[in-house]
Amino acid sequence: MLLKIIITIVYLAIVAFLGVIGYKNTKNTKDFLLGGRNIHPAIMALSYGATFISTSAIVGFGGTAGVFGFSLLWLTFLNIFLGVFIAFTVFGKRTRKMGHNIQAHTFPEFMGKRYESKLVQKFSGGMIFIFMPVYTAAVMIGASKFLETGFNMDYNVALLVFAAIVAAYVFFGGIKGVMYSDAFQGTIMLVGMTILLVTVYSKLGGVTEAHTKLTDLMKNAAVMEQTAGLAKGGFTGWTSMPEFFSKYWWIVVSSITLGVGIGVLAQPQLAVRFMTVKSDKELNRAIPIGGIFILLMTGVAFLVGSMSNIFFFEKTGKIAVAASGGTDGIIPNFLDSFMPEWFVAIFLIVLLAAGMSTISSQLHTVGTAVSRDLFNTEKMEEKKSMLISRLGVLVAIVMTIVLAYVLPTVWDGAIAISTGLFFGLCGASFLPMYVGALYFPKLSKTAALSGMFSGFGASLLWMMFFHSKESVVLKACQAIFGKPTLAPEGTMIQFVDPIVIALTLSILVTVIVGLATKSKYEQKHIDECFEGIGK
Amino acid sequence: MLGIPDAGIWLAYLLCIASTILCVVYGIINWNKGEDTNEVSVQKDIEWENKEKEIDSKL
Repeated sequence: MLLKIIITIVYLAIVAFLGVIGYKNTKNTKDFLLGGRNIHPAIMALSYGATFISTSAIVGFGGTAGVFGFSLLWLTFLNIFLGVFIAFTVFGKRTRKMGHNIQAHTFPEFMGKRYESKLVQKFSGGMIFIFMPVYTAAVMIGASKFLETGFNMDYNVALLVFAAIVAAYVFFGGIKGVMYSDAFQGTIMLVGMTILLVTVYSKLGGVTEAHTKLTDLMKNAAVMEQTAGLAKGGFTGWTSMPEFFSKYWWIVVSSITLGVGIGVLAQPQLAVRFMTVKSDKELNRAIPIGGIFILLMTGVAFLVGSMSNIFFFEKTGKIAVAASGGTDGIIPNFLDSFMPEWFVAIFLIVLLAAGMSTISSQLHTVGTAVSRDLFNTEKMEEKKSMLISRLGVLVAIVMTIVLAYVLPTVWDGAIAISTGLFFGLCGASFLPMYVGALYFPKLSKTAALSGMFSGFGASLLWMMFFHSKESVVLKACQAIFGKPTLAPEGTMIQFVDPIVIALTLSILVTVIVGLATKSKYEQKHIDECFEGIGK
Repeated sequence: MLGIPDAGIWLAYLLCIASTILCVVYGIINWNKGEDTNEVSVQKDIEWENKEKEIDSKL
């Protein structure tokens, strides 16, 4: 216990120190004017990765892999292929260039300026302000769950401790100039996850042996009995896909893989990261680091989460989810029970790092959404504009804490569900408009707005009235129609994730309205946006 | 393959590794490409960065 406390304090001190150094560096205008902005590609890639991957991915989705198994590797594939390769090459380069051309500093501002629409900017800013705390809460739950297990404390106490750390971090300027501390956190995560992967595979006798053991586990009568309920939903084992079109197939494929895998392309806090480098060269160099980073984060989390079943079963006679008291407890309990104490202490800071780096970017995004998008503080006096953005961040922190307190009581696997909800909502609302902004100069403002509203509206309606995971909790369907979901009984519709319906609709609406309406931009505006890009 | 009986799973396993290799190869091939030396765009970058610092300072 003492070791854990000492390591945690040393870590927090380093992060605080780096935060101060990083912020001072970003303030040094002279250096910048002489040498040009010079964020190293490795720093950018690690910072992007640390923002992308949080406790939500490691604890939440790692735990979900403990339930569903290796099928979650499809999400890792999308995380690398779409989340890094396509994100950097297809979206990143143009976002960087166009963002600088039109001097945009937030995702909503980027969209608003590109489409010459205040409504696009305000609506996107408002959406981020209201829904980002759901995702921030997912990250906070992940870190608190680990503190709960690591320090043997009550979850609510752990939540307050982590919230206090976050509040102190924000108060002392932790969300400003985050690139250096993010990169440091990313490095810790990289080292920790690599050790974890090697340890787990070697304890199980090698890669093929480990997988074979996991496959064979399903042949055990006791395991079959414990997974009987899961099997009814289409579960067939941790090393095989759920039955085609079954309940769990829809959850794994539509909610986990597509919801999060596609949603990442339109994440406001990630899109702005592309603008922090000075040329495409840095983005090219960041791609390999980003790819390896994501493989070692989500890949390892999902493999270890699945294989934890072997360890838990051998020791307790129970599968992971049963032995850990729920999905979100699997990774923390696994580490605490089967890894050496020194490693748990190190991993504690891996998770704190993963949580802090993501939360700092999330709060930064909320703060700028309030100050630049919702209220135009540009022309206000400095004190007033500072007060508004800080109040925005404060409100977001309070909303996050309340959600992190409530959500685990309503959902098992609250982390993955909340993350999927935010990613899905962003994907459906922003993605068609984002592609249009970068690749279709003549796509009209009306088309962009129609796509955004239809994606957002369809997501919310599907969550409230069809997708039972949310509709049961939100209770609107029950109140209006007297039943928890409008999906016909006996069909799989209630398990189809909102992103499948809402993104399809928003793409269709954007295309149809785009073809039916004419854009009214002046040629000068289009030339300015696409300068140096090629239309 | 790899102790995994289902093709749907080992395909995902291999695609994870293949897509990482794609990222590495792309990065190596384009390591020195994409430098932006155009004076106008450098000026825009500087303008952007200065504004970003100002926004950060208000958070």
